[in-house]
Amino acid sequence: MATDVTSIPAPPIAGEPGIPRRMALTFVEVVSHPLGAIGVLLVALIVLTALLAPVIVPYNPTAISVKERLADPSLTHLLGTDQLGRDLLSRVIVGTRTAMTVALTSLAVALAIALPLGMIAGYGPRWLDALFILLFDSISSLPMIMLGLAVVVLLGPGVSTVILVIVLYSVPSYARLVRTQTLSLKTRDFIKAEQAMNAGTMRILFRHVLPNVVGPLLILACLDISTVITLEAGLSFLGLGVKPQIPSWGNILSDGFSVIRNSPVPVIAGGVPLILATIGFTFFGEALRDALDPKLNPERKP
Amino acid sequence: MITFLLRRTGLAVVILVIVAILLFLMMHMIPGDPTVVALGPRSTPEMREAFRQMMGLDRPFIEQLGLFLARLAHGDLGQDVWSRRPVLTMILEVLPYTATLALASFLWAVTLGVLLGCIAVVHHGKWGDWLIGLVSIAFVAVPSFVVALYSLLVFAVWLNWLPAIGAGEPGDLAAQLRSLILPSFAVGLGWVGYVSRLIRAAMIEAMGEDYVRTLRAYGVAERRITYRYALKQALLAVLPVIAIGFGGLLTGSVFAEIVFTRPGLGKMTYDAVMSRNFPVVMGTVLVTSGLYVACMIIADAVTALLDPRVRSTL
Repeated sequence: MATDVTSIPAPPIAGEPGIPRRMALTFVEVVSHPLGAIGVLLVALIVLTALLAPVIVPYNPTAISVKERLADPSLTHLLGTDQLGRDLLSRVIVGTRTAMTVALTSLAVALAIALPLGMIAGYGPRWLDALFILLFDSISSLPMIMLGLAVVVLLGPGVSTVILVIVLYSVPSYARLVRTQTLSLKTRDFIKAEQAMNAGTMRILFRHVLPNVVGPLLILACLDISTVITLEAGLSFLGLGVKPQIPSWGNILSDGFSVIRNSPVPVIAGGVPLILATIGFTFFGEALRDALDPKLNPERKP
Repeated sequence: MITFLLRRTGLAVVILVIVAILLFLMMHMIPGDPTVVALGPRSTPEMREAFRQMMGLDRPFIEQLGLFLARLAHGDLGQDVWSRRPVLTMILEVLPYTATLALASFLWAVTLGVLLGCIAVVHHGKWGDWLIGLVSIAFVAVPSFVVALYSLLVFAVWLNWLPAIGAGEPGDLAAQLRSLILPSFAVGLGWVGYVSRLIRAAMIEAMGEDYVRTLRAYGVAERRITYRYALKQALLAVLPVIAIGFGGLLTGSVFAEIVFTRPGLGKMTYDAVMSRNFPVVMGTVLVTSGLYVACMIIADAVTALLDPRVRSTL
């Protein structure tokens, strides 16, 4: 009945806070850091805007009104209009939703691919590990934006292409982290005890390695959100990302760039939310990492 | 040392071959007729047939792959679909522009970054340190193409101080330098933050070492310890990281080149993507990967030169 013994959950240790309390403590620690407080504020603003976009949007973001072309900000159009007379505030709000949808979808796909790959590399045979590492190294040595351009020229622009580019770019670094964690877990006593009790590989990987790997991986993904948002906006700015009719920050910037000598309003309206988002998520991610796992900070001595 | 470098170079070559194979596979995974994809829907049947023969698409898959790699080994990156010029020649023509931009951004960003890092260390734990830390992270986070757009808006459109387009006429050094200011500002800004954080961390680590304590005990001035000893150690520690990053700067210039309509690798790739000039895209991606990997080898060599322990690990 060896397997039954291992499946009995460990009794809660007295004095160790439960998960909700630990989450609350982490949150307090993140917010008490001035950097984290700014980050949480900005992230909350962006997430709320993305969630409430259909409710709070003042105009149809794609409705064209030639008479009101390139209007300056006013009470009717708080952020003015673009070169087709579309309301910029509405486009920015819906653009927030686009940015968050693309970022979260691609990160979720990347994590889902990187977790098994990294665990196989770390736990499996040496030759497989070497093969995976070589493959990851090769993909990492492709400069990200160049990789993006190459994929776009093959598959054509669109949301799914952007997601594919982001996944291709992030899987190697995530899988590498999972692999390193798995390798160090492999030699720990509790895994050895499992192996001694003849536990299956799948069981060890999913019940013991996975829970220990997910935490650091989520922090890394959180730190990556601003890079991912930048990549999506960048590709859209080049006209190679989200389709022009879908409002996105990159598309607003792209439209604004073409009329930059006539009106600075669209470029400012598209760029400021992007800057706020990247800064917000970076500050939040840094504070979260400091609160949860100082070891991950490359600037600190382990 | 030499065997170490040879081994690293060997690994780099293997990586580049894999990159080439990946690109080749990507070309073959596209649904539909590859000639239509490469030449665009406007191409005529004769053009497609010529392209098919030029690329050897009528032969078996493995033979095509072998041919592709053999051509690469000879430095043949294929031809421009429209002008029929060799891709390698085109790349070598624009490479100096990108290299100049990357180098200029690198120089100003590293100088300012090191300076900010030092100031942060001198004010360690005080508000000056905190402020520099905040600004540094913000610099790293802000997308470089937004910096490019905003600096274009302010300094070229509003103030009209600096040119918005091009790289200056050949031979006119002053105009070339003026055209370099805004793009290198956009490319380098993120680096300022990155370098200042690295230098700050490395110096703080250095200040905790025993020899610094001994120096203090001997009564060496704090200023001399900071700039003479800790900074030296920090610079050596940061050098390899910076060398790797230089490869990143080459691609960081893609957006600056497009926003400022500056000739260069990035602009060329973008134009090729827009005109679906597939061999040119392949060529630039391969060359930039090669440069990237070369920077990694240089970084390894620098590290190995400075730290004998590393040589045995790889």
